Amino acid sequence: MKEFRYLPDVTTLKLDRELCIGCGICHLVCPHGVFEPDGNVMEIVDLNGCMECGACSHNCPVDAISVNPGVGCASLIINTWLKDKRITKSSGGGCCC
Amino acid sequence: MKPDFPQESLITEDCCATSKPLCEGSPANPGGDAGDPCCGGPPQESFITGNCGATLKSACDCLPADPTGDTDEVCCGGPPPPKTSPYDKPGYRVQRFVAEFIGTAVGPVPRIHSQWGVADRFGTILTRLGVGRHDYRVAPGIYSVGHPDAEAPVVVTANFKLTFDTVRRDLNGRDLWLLVLDTHGINVWCAAGKGTFSTREVISRVNTSGLAHLVQHRKLILPQLCATGVSGRDVKKGCDFEVVWGPIRSKDIVPFLDQGMTADDTMRRVTFSFMERLVLIPVELSYLPKPTLWVLLAAFIISGIGPSIFSIQGALLRGGMAMAAYLVGVIAGAALVPALLPYLPGRAFSVKGAITGVVAGAVVALFFSWHTNGWGMVGLILWSTAISSYLAMNFTGSTPFTSPSGVEKEMRRAIPIQAASALAAVAVWITSGFIA
Repeated sequence: MKEFRYLPDVTTLKLDRELCIGCGICHLVCPHGVFEPDGNVMEIVDLNGCMECGACSHNCPVDAISVNPGVGCASLIINTWLKDKRITKSSGGGCCC
Repeated sequence: MKPDFPQESLITEDCCATSKPLCEGSPANPGGDAGDPCCGGPPQESFITGNCGATLKSACDCLPADPTGDTDEVCCGGPPPPKTSPYDKPGYRVQRFVAEFIGTAVGPVPRIHSQWGVADRFGTILTRLGVGRHDYRVAPGIYSVGHPDAEAPVVVTANFKLTFDTVRRDLNGRDLWLLVLDTHGINVWCAAGKGTFSTREVISRVNTSGLAHLVQHRKLILPQLCATGVSGRDVKKGCDFEVVWGPIRSKDIVPFLDQGMTADDTMRRVTFSFMERLVLIPVELSYLPKPTLWVLLAAFIISGIGPSIFSIQGALLRGGMAMAAYLVGVIAGAALVPALLPYLPGRAFSVKGAITGVVAGAVVALFFSWHTNGWGMVGLILWSTAISSYLAMNFTGSTPFTSPSGVEKEMRRAIPIQAASALAAVAVWITSGFIA
């Protein structure tokens, strides 16, 4: 997905290499190839490829990965904003989720 | 399609096979509920239908002599259609993708085939158009593909029928168990994000389906994209099945199995090809009919405002122009941006949409240049641009690569500009009405 790039330097993804045991599950579940092995631990090789889906942190056995997961969907975020302001809206626009 | 239920080796309820012979070609209890008719004493004659009731006679002389309908003799019209499936039960209808039911240690399990019928194709088209999309599902539970045994792999998927149909098509020729979760009729990735394809659902479905009695091994092949909602470790703790992360796309399941349950990098990366983007466009457009009616009303009212306070002729002519700008804005934002996504400059979708919107608006403005003035042309372009930019921004939710942090950042910048552009369009449009 190198041909599709979204806004850079916004992701909340962080990897604590001190905690990482190098099991490689993050590498397996990441749909964008963000993680690669680096010696005995993992490293983030494509931070801006991250879409914050949360698959890695959800499956990390030692909680070495932190990310604020969510769905990158404008109408969902609009609905959340409206809900925060206690305005109810039936459904959003072009969002699969 | 003769059911071979009683012959299956895995059958456990053998009381039927030994003590009371079954009616030929009719399974003991294909639906699999508790009331087993052949084990509970003699059946009541008066309720017998089909080929069990060979003595049942009809009063109608013109009906075939053989009430099972196995004869060519007919009274009116052509021969009758095939008789009702032996698996049908009152209140239930067997799905067309079920070839038969096989007897297993956990009761009858539907064996599904890989072919798509007319109904599947029609359903796919309607769903892709956004019709009935939220209730297009199959019953969760265990299905068999081919003739799986106790060593056969177990593939887990969602109960959105579009997903289910794709999976069964792609598993053609394989022998395995397909465990369908209740994801509330949502596809794998969105269901994982919404929490319906979850660790809890995997565990509970494994337990309620009796999977542990069906297979000797303790492995589940899960689609990679459900990892957002499923923790492999917690599944293992909850039901003693180990999670094997399968490929993203169902078409890679067969190669994945052939490679000894390993996926190469291409199987592990999402793609967003031209066709993958194109099929999403109708759903993007399907959200619009209702807001369009409001735009239509507003366009005609605003367009009618002029020196004579309100002019019906102005409302129709200028309202038509405003609607044309709106429609090209919709096409520019909800169709051109998805189709041309990688070729449009800018990272932000609102920028991509603004570019297509300006171009599309300019075409409309030039087309109507004899019917309006410079103000009007500017108004049409601003209007089309605002619509296109907003709709393009909404397409973020359908892509597999936009992060929530990024979308929020984009929206905080783009929405004020889009709103200002739309308001400016209205102001300029009203002004042009007075100048004309």
